[in-house]
Amino acid sequence: MANQQINSGNPRVDLEYRRKKNAEEMRYQVVSFTLMIFLTLVAFAAVAIEGFTAWFTVPFIILLAFVQVVFQLFYFMHMSHKGHEAPSLFLFSGLGFGLVMVLAFMTIVWW
Amino acid sequence: MHAEEKLTYETWPAEPEKSTLEAKNKFLGFWLFLGGETVLFASLFATYLALKDKVPSADHALAKDLFDLPLTFVATMLLLTSSLTSVYAMYHMKNFNSQKMMLWLGITVLLGLGFLGLEVYEFNHYVHEYHHKFTSSAFGSAFYTLVGFHGAHVTFGLGWILALMIRNYKRGLNLYNAPKFYVASLYWHFIDVVWVFIFTVVYLMGMVG
Repeated sequence: MANQQINSGNPRVDLEYRRKKNAEEMRYQVVSFTLMIFLTLVAFAAVAIEGFTAWFTVPFIILLAFVQVVFQLFYFMHMSHKGHEAPSLFLFSGLGFGLVMVLAFMTIVWW
Repeated sequence: MHAEEKLTYETWPAEPEKSTLEAKNKFLGFWLFLGGETVLFASLFATYLALKDKVPSADHALAKDLFDLPLTFVATMLLLTSSLTSVYAMYHMKNFNSQKMMLWLGITVLLGLGFLGLEVYEFNHYVHEYHHKFTSSAFGSAFYTLVGFHGAHVTFGLGWILALMIRNYKRGLNLYNAPKFYVASLYWHFIDVVWVFIFTVVYLMGMVG
C-alpha cells in the first residue's frame, strides 16, 4: 500500500492510475474504520455485560485500545506509507517514554 | 515545485503534503510535536492512574459512581466518525478537489462540536450532581486535567480547521496550503488516538472498578 510516485512516461495514464490508487486506499480506510467501530463496540460490550471479572476485562479492553490505535496511526495517519521513518522514531520514542512513566507512577505513587 | 505554483488537476502532485521543502519541514516538525504530545498525555495518564479514586472522605463520588456508558459511547462514536470524515477530506485534497475537501472538513467540525458539547454537558453534570470538582480531590484534579486537556485539544483543533477553511475558502488548493490541511488532519487523528485511551483507561476501566 506504499504510496509511491509512479512514472510511466504518459501523464494521462499516470493520473488515472493515481486516482485509482487513491480510491483503493480510501476503501481500505473505510474498512479500517469499520474495524475500529467493531473494536469499540466489543470494548463497551465487555464492560456493559455483567459476569466478566476485572482481571479479564481490564487487560482485554487495553489490548483492544492498542489495536485500534495501530489502525488509527498506520491507516488514518498514513504511517504505513513509506517516508514515515522519522515520524515512527518520534512517535514510538514518545510512546516508550510514556509507558515507562505510566509504569513508574503506578508503582511508586501511593496516597 | 514551489509553493505558489499554479497547478491543475493534471499537474497536482501525488503527495502534495510533501512536495515542497516547506511542506517536508512542516511534516517532519509536526510529527516531532506529536511525539512530544504523546509524552505529555502519557504523563497525564500516569497521574490519573496513580490518583484514581483517591478522595479525602467517603462522601466523594468515585469513578464507578460518576461515569455513564451511553454518553461515553455516543461521544466516542462522534469523535471516531469525525476521524473518518477528515480522512475523506484528505482523499479529496489528494485529488485536487477543494470543494469536496471543504465539505468533509465542515462535517468533521460539526462532529467535533457535537463531541465538545457532550463533554461540556458531562463536566457540568459532574460538578452539579456529584460535586466532583477540580479542587475537591486528587481524583478530581487528575480527572479534569487529563480529560480537560483533551477537550482543549479538540477545541484548538476545531479552531485550527475552521481558520484554515475560512482563510482558503476562495483560494482553492495549492502547494502552500495543502500541507497545512494535511497537518491539521494529522492533529485531528491524534486527538482521536488520545481519546481511544481516555475512553478505555478513564471511562471503561472506571466502570469496571
